Amino acid sequence: MTTPRYIENVASLKLDKGRCVGCDLCTVVCPHGVLVMKESKADIADLNACIECGACAINCPVEALTVKKGVGCASAIINGWLTGEEPNCECGGSC
Amino acid sequence: MSKNDCCPQPEPETSCCPTNKDGTECCPPVQSSEPSCAEVADDRPGYKLWPFVCDWTTASGQQIPKVATRLTATDIAGRWQMRWGFGRTRYSIAPGLYAIGTPSGDSPVLVTANYKMTFDILRRDMYGHDAWILVIDTKGINVWCAAGKGTFSTDEIVRQVERAKLQDLVKHRTLILPQLGAPGVAAHEVAKACGFKVLYGPVRSSDLPEFIDKGNKASPQMRRVTFGLVDRLVLTPVELVHMWKHILYSIVALFLVGGIGPEIFSLSAAWSRGGAAVAAGMMALLTGAVVTPLLLPWVPGRAFAKKGAITGLAIGLAASLIFADTLGWLNTLALIIATATISSWCAMHFTGSSTFTSPSGVEKEMRQAIPAQAAALLVGALCWLAAAF
Repeated sequence: MTTPRYIENVASLKLDKGRCVGCDLCTVVCPHGVLVMKESKADIADLNACIECGACAINCPVEALTVKKGVGCASAIINGWLTGEEPNCECGGSC
Repeated sequence: MSKNDCCPQPEPETSCCPTNKDGTECCPPVQSSEPSCAEVADDRPGYKLWPFVCDWTTASGQQIPKVATRLTATDIAGRWQMRWGFGRTRYSIAPGLYAIGTPSGDSPVLVTANYKMTFDILRRDMYGHDAWILVIDTKGINVWCAAGKGTFSTDEIVRQVERAKLQDLVKHRTLILPQLGAPGVAAHEVAKACGFKVLYGPVRSSDLPEFIDKGNKASPQMRRVTFGLVDRLVLTPVELVHMWKHILYSIVALFLVGGIGPEIFSLSAAWSRGGAAVAAGMMALLTGAVVTPLLLPWVPGRAFAKKGAITGLAIGLAASLIFADTLGWLNTLALIIATATISSWCAMHFTGSSTFTSPSGVEKEMRQAIPAQAAALLVGALCWLAAAF
């Protein structure tokens, strides 16, 4: 079965095609097939499937991809609001 | 002291050497270079050997443990225990080199986390193959979470490669990483730092044998993460277990508030009204933390909070119909509202366990859902209190 869909038009993934050297690594590491190769350059095929894990951005040798990688756990986000810090896994929760 | 006194053969009951149907052993012949007695860790004062260590192999001047590729009942019990969240942060093995089968200088090097559950699944899936396993220190956390946290990292991989003197162990210069380690690892940086090229293997270790046999080629399916029913099911117990403190406080609070009424405080009301509220609360909890995750793709709505509210509403309505005679309209209203709200809250927390939600999306849904949940909870609580008078 296909993966369910989540909230749309929020993912922070950005691609600078000008910097792309066509190494293909981003399409390899993405767990949801967000990126594809189009005419030897990377292309965002399915932005709404992006989970902002950051795999593509960190593996891009020329920093053509940026994404706001975050902790997606509700408790961590709430904790972040209460403490005024960025959500992290050290909230004393289940991680 | 003869060698046999302190270098015992593996116990026949272990999973190390399963036998074929004709009675012959599947295990490879014993290495000609036997470990010396002093090097068998179980014999050293203060040391205890993991049961999954079958034997030892000597390579590039190191003693490397050969591990079993069949899981025992203890391993499986350990996995169940992890799924229920007990001792999750203390289920780890030592980082470093391990051997599967009889690896040589040409065998692949597979990198993994030091969470024992991860390690168990990997060695089980590599049954019948030869490989080196380089376990890195992820503080006992699984690959994907550790990658996100930055512990399954470029630096840690480089550190362990150097510590293991991998360049003396294998002739090739390739590391096979689980694809889900990618969020924490810059492949090009690893190569620069230690001379080993990173190859991203499949998402699931069960695809590793096929990946390796096909010359390290992955099919598109091998590179995709899904979130099927069983995947969702195994994640639900830990949600409940981790709420135990909230559950306890809520039970106490509900009994206390349940007693409030025309007689200021009545013990019998505390018991009957509080008890009913606790039961309703449990039902709502299960709806949000178990039922909604199980039915996830079929419940309307993208936001998990909305899905939880919908299932909560349905279950709350059903319960109010079943108990219609005993409730009265204020209690009924309270029941429906509270079930929907608590279910919504619990379902919202499942976002962190799911494999297809983005932090940006979770934040957006929480900004909308939490005020609504708070307001609804207040209304429900007031209805419930009013019903006592």
